[in-house]
Formats: sequence, C-alpha cells, structure tokens
Amino acid sequence: MRRLIVIALVLGLATLAAGLIATRPSFVHGTELAGLTGDAGAGEAVFWAAGCASCHAAEGATDAARLVLAGGQRFASDFGTFVAPNISTDPVHGIGDWTLAQFVTALQNGISPEGRHYYPAFPYTAYRLAERQDLADLWAFWQTLPASDTPSLPHEVGFPFSIRRAVGAWNLLNLSDEFVVAGDLTEQQARGRYLSEALAHCAECHTPRDALGGLDRSAWMTGAPNPSGSGTIPALTPDRLRWSEADIAAYLNDGFTPDFDSAGGHMVSVIRNMAMLPEADRLAIAAYLKALPSDE
Amino acid sequence: MTNRIRVLAAATFAIIGVGATATIAQDLPAPVQARQGQFQIMALNVGILGGMARGNAEYDATAAQTAADNLVAISMLDQSFHWPEGTDNMALDGTRALPAIWENLPDVVEKWGAFGAAAEGLAAVAGTGLEPMQAALGPLGATCGSCHDAYRAPQ
Repeated sequence: MRRLIVIALVLGLATLAAGLIATRPSFVHGTELAGLTGDAGAGEAVFWAAGCASCHAAEGATDAARLVLAGGQRFASDFGTFVAPNISTDPVHGIGDWTLAQFVTALQNGISPEGRHYYPAFPYTAYRLAERQDLADLWAFWQTLPASDTPSLPHEVGFPFSIRRAVGAWNLLNLSDEFVVAGDLTEQQARGRYLSEALAHCAECHTPRDALGGLDRSAWMTGAPNPSGSGTIPALTPDRLRWSEADIAAYLNDGFTPDFDSAGGHMVSVIRNMAMLPEADRLAIAAYLKALPSDE
Repeated sequence: MTNRIRVLAAATFAIIGVGATATIAQDLPAPVQARQGQFQIMALNVGILGGMARGNAEYDATAAQTAADNLVAISMLDQSFHWPEGTDNMALDGTRALPAIWENLPDVVEKWGAFGAAAEGLAAVAGTGLEPMQAALGPLGATCGSCHDAYRAPQ
C-alpha cells in the first residue's frame, strides 16, 4: 500500500512537472529579430489591418482618437470581463519601454515581458501567423503614436480562470502555426487569408468556440453568438454570405450592405480599420471569403 | 452526427426558425415596426446615392438631389413615439436595438442630430456633381456607424 502511494506521488509530481514545463512562458529573443529594420509607413497599414485600435482605443473613438491606445474598453465573456489595457507609448502605464523582442513575444506567444500569460481575448493566436517584418514595421509605427497616462484596469475574472498558468495549457490546445484554409490559393486569396487569419482576426467573432473558449477550426467563419454582448455574429462562408466580392469590398470600405443597411456593433469599428487599407486588400479579403469551405 | 442527420436537423431548425420569425415580425409593437420602416426608407434613399457613389449606377443629379432631400426629411421626423421603453432586444425578438439606447438617451439624440447635419450637408451638394456627392456621403455613413457602434446588436 505504502509503495502504491509512493508511486502515485511520483507519477503525480512528474505530471505536474511535465505540465509546468509544457505551459512555461516562451520568449522571442532579440537575436532572432536582429536582421529586421522596421518601416513606420508600412507599419501603419499593419496597424489598421491588425485592428489594434478597435479594442485598445476608447469606446466609440473616431479619427485621431483611434491612435490613443489608452485601453479601458470592457469585453464581457463566459469567463469574466476583460478590460483592454493601456498599450500606448507611455513608458509607465503603456508599453513605451518595451523592446521589439518583448513586443513580438506578446503578439506571437501571448507572454508579457514579466513572463505572465495574456488571456486569449488578446488575439495572439492570430498574430502568431504574422510575418515578423510586418511586426517590426508595426513597432516602428508604434513609436509615432501618442502616450496616455491612463492606468490599466485589472480584468474581472474569477477562479479558476484567474490562474494565468492555465492559459499555458489552453495554448497547448489552441496555438497553431498553420493557416486554417489550406490548399491551392491564388496570390490574391493568399493575401486575403493573411489579412483575415493573421492580422484582422475575423474568426475571433465569426467562428464558434468550444467549451474552453477555443475556436472550432472545423466550423471556420460559420457564425457564432456574439462573444461579448447580445445578438449573433453572421457567417462569412460563401453559402451563407452571398454578396459579390465587389459588394464585400465596398462594405468593408463604406459600411453599407448591398441593400444599404449599415453595420452594427463592433463591426463598425472593424470597418473604420478596413477603410484605411488599400482597395486591393479589401478585395483580397473578399476573395479569401469566397474561398472558405461552406458550412454544412 | 452523420451529415444526413445534420442536414435534417438544420432543415428542421430552419423551418421552425422561419415560422418563428414570421410570427415575431407580425407581433412586433407598432412603434418598432414604424422605426424599422423609417430605417428602410432611409436605406432605400442612401442606396440611390450609394449605388451612384460606388459606380454601380450612373450619376443622376435629379435623383441624387431627391434622395438627399428625403434623408433630410427623415432626419426631421420627431422620434418621440418610435422608441418606447421596453422595446429593446432583451425584451423583444426581432429588434437589434440595444438597451443602452434608453440608458444614454441624450447621446442617442445627439447622434441622431449628427445624422441630420450630415444629411443637410449632403443635400447642399448632391445635385451638383458625382464627386461632391461622394465626398458628402462618407460623413453621412459615418453618422450611421457612430450610432450603430454603440446601440445596435450585430445581428
């Protein structure tokens, strides 16, 4: 009996150790990024495509106010309410004192400079697929943005979701280095896939989630309950979204559906981003949506 | 679940869904139907201008002016009777109006006023040429967005 207890204890400790190792934070090191030089002009397009302002600028911000990334917007979910932090260039309250390596670690591994796991309300799961040159450009653009000394507010997340280390286990299940839509794509469709899956993180709202809050990659872009509030987020698969590619691109620019209804909810803010992109990028997103597998 | 069962289930839901929607639309209170009709008239007129702005229809100065004048007229309709309390999307199926409307009425009224100002700006130039009309339509669309951002559920 005593022997069994010892074996159980050893096995338990081994599992715990393996779990701690598997869920430990992983950092991107400066040496990996040594060859990159950021271009702020190119970074502005990445900034709009990646939708940073939609969550980190103040609620309902328009025009120049969308460049003030003071945080404060609240996102209710089944796991608690997440409050977007200040990610402005303020060195104390924002991220002004970060290095490029810390910025890339946050965006692609979901890990803070102190080694804490971010909650996946922050779409590092998508940004993981971004080109590092784009992130270097984005960081260069970041340096041109204003500082805000608004303090970040804590998330309102209860036990057990308050255990950040658990996010490491969640990451084992949900972090992928592969695009969801595979197969032969045209250059335009591939550009649209990059914009949609790696930067604009459309799937965060347009794809249903499993019980643990992970995206159901087998039901990609088939619509879902609003993750943060009431109503549903529509499907984007070609069997459900029957607009032409030109209609989709026009909607992403002026916010009007083909029958000139207008967008509601968080999509209004998304369109403010998309309108800043070149027309070719909006058409690329439309081409990608038409290449999505249908919802069966 | 096999695909066939899935299709059957989906079809069943679709039939129930259509039936339910039809019932709901009929049962919506008159003020809700009225405001939805108001926004449909708005969309129809924005569509006249938007079709020209997007290059889907040829620019027609008379039609553009008429549509813009209609938008001004809609903006002048007093909204007092369209929005009784208890007609948000928590209380009723078939509306996307968020309860936040009634919690922030002064802001909603201000945003409706911004739509009116943009409509007047549009009506001042809509008949004078495609480019001025396009330039004035953008700000009008922005006023739709600024209200829907805060006060309309996604779908």
